[in-house]
Amino acid sequence: MSRNHLRAALAASTAAVVLAGCGAGGRDASSGGDSEGGDTTGVTDTTISVGTHQPLTGVAAPGYSEINTGMKAYFDYVNEAGGIHGRKLELTVKDDGYNPTNTSKVVDELVLKDNVFAILGGLGTPTHTAVVDFLNKEEVPDLFVSSGAQLWGNDPEARPWTFGWQPDYEIEGKIMGQWIKENKPNAKVGLFLQGDELGGDGEKGLRQYVDDQIVERVEYASGNTDIGPQISKLKASGADLVVGFNTPSYTALSQLTSMKLGYDPTWIYTNVGSDPKLAGELLSTFSKGKVKGGGALDGAMTTEYIPGVGEESPWVDLWEKVWKEQGGKGELTNYRVYGMSQAYLFASALQASGKDLTRERIVDVIEKDAKNWPGPNLAPFRYSADSHLGISGMRMAEIKGLKTTPLTDVLVTDIGDAEITKDETDVAAVAPPKDGLPDVEVLK
Amino acid sequence: MRRIVSSPMLRRGLAAIALLIVSVFLIDMLSDYRQSQVSSVAYLAIAAGGLSVLIGLNGQLSLGHGAFMAIGAYTVAKMLQDGKEAPMLVLLVAAVIVTALVGAIVAVAAARLQGPYVAGATLALAVAVPALAVHFRDALGGEPGLRVSSPDVPTSIDDALFFLTGTETGTSQWLATVSVACLVVTFLLLRNLSQSRVGRQWRAVRDDPVAAQLAGINLGRSRIVCFIVSAACAGLAGGLMAMVTRVAAPSGFTLILSLTLLMAVVLGGLGTLTGALIGAALLTLLPTYVTNAGSSLGLSDLQSAELAPLVLGLTTIAVVLLAPAGLVGSIAPALRRLRTPSTDTSVTTTITRGEQS
Repeated sequence: MSRNHLRAALAASTAAVVLAGCGAGGRDASSGGDSEGGDTTGVTDTTISVGTHQPLTGVAAPGYSEINTGMKAYFDYVNEAGGIHGRKLELTVKDDGYNPTNTSKVVDELVLKDNVFAILGGLGTPTHTAVVDFLNKEEVPDLFVSSGAQLWGNDPEARPWTFGWQPDYEIEGKIMGQWIKENKPNAKVGLFLQGDELGGDGEKGLRQYVDDQIVERVEYASGNTDIGPQISKLKASGADLVVGFNTPSYTALSQLTSMKLGYDPTWIYTNVGSDPKLAGELLSTFSKGKVKGGGALDGAMTTEYIPGVGEESPWVDLWEKVWKEQGGKGELTNYRVYGMSQAYLFASALQASGKDLTRERIVDVIEKDAKNWPGPNLAPFRYSADSHLGISGMRMAEIKGLKTTPLTDVLVTDIGDAEITKDETDVAAVAPPKDGLPDVEVLK
Repeated sequence: MRRIVSSPMLRRGLAAIALLIVSVFLIDMLSDYRQSQVSSVAYLAIAAGGLSVLIGLNGQLSLGHGAFMAIGAYTVAKMLQDGKEAPMLVLLVAAVIVTALVGAIVAVAAARLQGPYVAGATLALAVAVPALAVHFRDALGGEPGLRVSSPDVPTSIDDALFFLTGTETGTSQWLATVSVACLVVTFLLLRNLSQSRVGRQWRAVRDDPVAAQLAGINLGRSRIVCFIVSAACAGLAGGLMAMVTRVAAPSGFTLILSLTLLMAVVLGGLGTLTGALIGAALLTLLPTYVTNAGSSLGLSDLQSAELAPLVLGLTTIAVVLLAPAGLVGSIAPALRRLRTPSTDTSVTTTITRGEQS
């Protein structure tokens, strides 16, 4: 036991010494990491480091895992031309597997360990919901969230560092609703909704216009692949026009299930779920090759807010060029175009922020000036002191093969009872600069 | 002094206090990011420790501990909705109580079942609980779940820690300190419990139910108590997880979480608490490490993301093949054999099987 005594005594004296050494007494004035001009975390004279969370693995990976390759390709393209104000753009991509718990961990890593300047295009409603408060608390610019939920932009006072990007689901529903009311006034409308914001906000927008035409609404829970009951219910209701606010997998599943049940309504899918290439591939996978993917969505309608692959647009020409020069394996897809469009907006924001880049500066510049910048977006952004919601409108389009044909002009509106009007700005008509680098003035 | 050192319970208590004090200093030295990793390891280890006791000491296989974590997490999240506030201790105690109650109901059902049937029943739980959160969207937030505001550091504790360490306590440091404190306390209680009469009964039930019954042990009650203790650990872990990850969402509590816990237990060694801690640390740190190593070796982001589950899978296969009793379960007896080479191997293993916990 004497050995134990010795050990105990040793431990006690060590602890006493350590404690004495640490009794730190009074507090000094804390010295923050900010310089007087603002927070320059992640920015050096030659680089800007940004991060994003994306589902590279897991259920949401098909399609979405390509977005970051588009962002990266455009960043490389900019870097090749010398960067923005002499700074090269670096993107750190973290996989969260579309699991909010993981999102929280990887964003911790990006912000606390990798010290990124900003989070760019973090993907997903449930996933980004987990980090939006953290990013605002840490005062990290949370730019162009890849989701159409309203949380990102409807309360800039509560979340001043967060900006939405794509049109929210409510205005998409409104624009679809008005089109149905004007063009298919006798249609019996069925709703096929994902049981979250996507379905809920979409339905809210639709009901503003076609409440009396809706004969049935069904919901599915994401992850449950048996949607037979829902489609049967739609069929039984006699709905001949079904509006789907769903993800790409459920576009394929709804097509497959309808085929099995001999149900053939006209479909309108949300932009989120309507990529004909991905839906076709998924359809062919789910049916184990029995249904050929190509042209699977022919005749279905959707909405558009940026020009996609195969369309006649100088922007698509630019994306083709960027992908050819800087892209990796595979061909240009609409998901890569999506990533490039976000990267272009970010590059514009850096350009407009000027040489003295800080976190405060870029957020201020986006809020005040982004609605004036030319870009691939068909309608202008809604950013202002009162709203950080993204693109203000879209147009209806019909799917043929892997391409879409516009059915309407670009229509703009806002959440709530704001009117739908034709876009009077010429944002959609502006072609990109010849060198493909954003050409915006530094904001005074 | 001699009495303190010779009483195992007091000795463990003192060791736990020493460990707590040391961890306060160690956590203070880490960066914010490392602190958040420490919290993640701690909450996973608490749940894995509870599961390890259930499987290793009582012989009940639960595939539903992720669901108990969800219950703990949602309890905390609900108590913090709409700007409501509550002290952390209250939140965690509530998470433990609510989960223990649900655990009691499940345990009563599970106690009638044996072996694979317990696993089946708890598997159903793991699948059903996240679905409930999606179904009751208004109350439980649906797919995006409920956001949890990270707790502020209480002023008195901030001052106390400042006196000790000389630095301001940030949120992540506070969470890491609380998580580690919970871990130490939980493991201390589990260890004491498993070394007590109750723990010996659990082992007796595991080894031979008939003999245990003949010895006067109430099988059902013993199983129920063990299940409740184990579920309560998972509830505490879930409550901490909600605060650390700042969200309680159904996709965070899928079957994968339950299987991850099981994997931590298998990697570390059934029935050993150290093993549960090592398993939890491995499962938390290895994927990040592998992914970053992959990127720095020049793999694309997608490839390095896919590398992590591959390496984790291979590691598990390797551990099961090379160290079937888990890392701690296999290495500790080996070390002991080295120290006392004359002891017969078979005797050592039977003893350690009973002793480790």
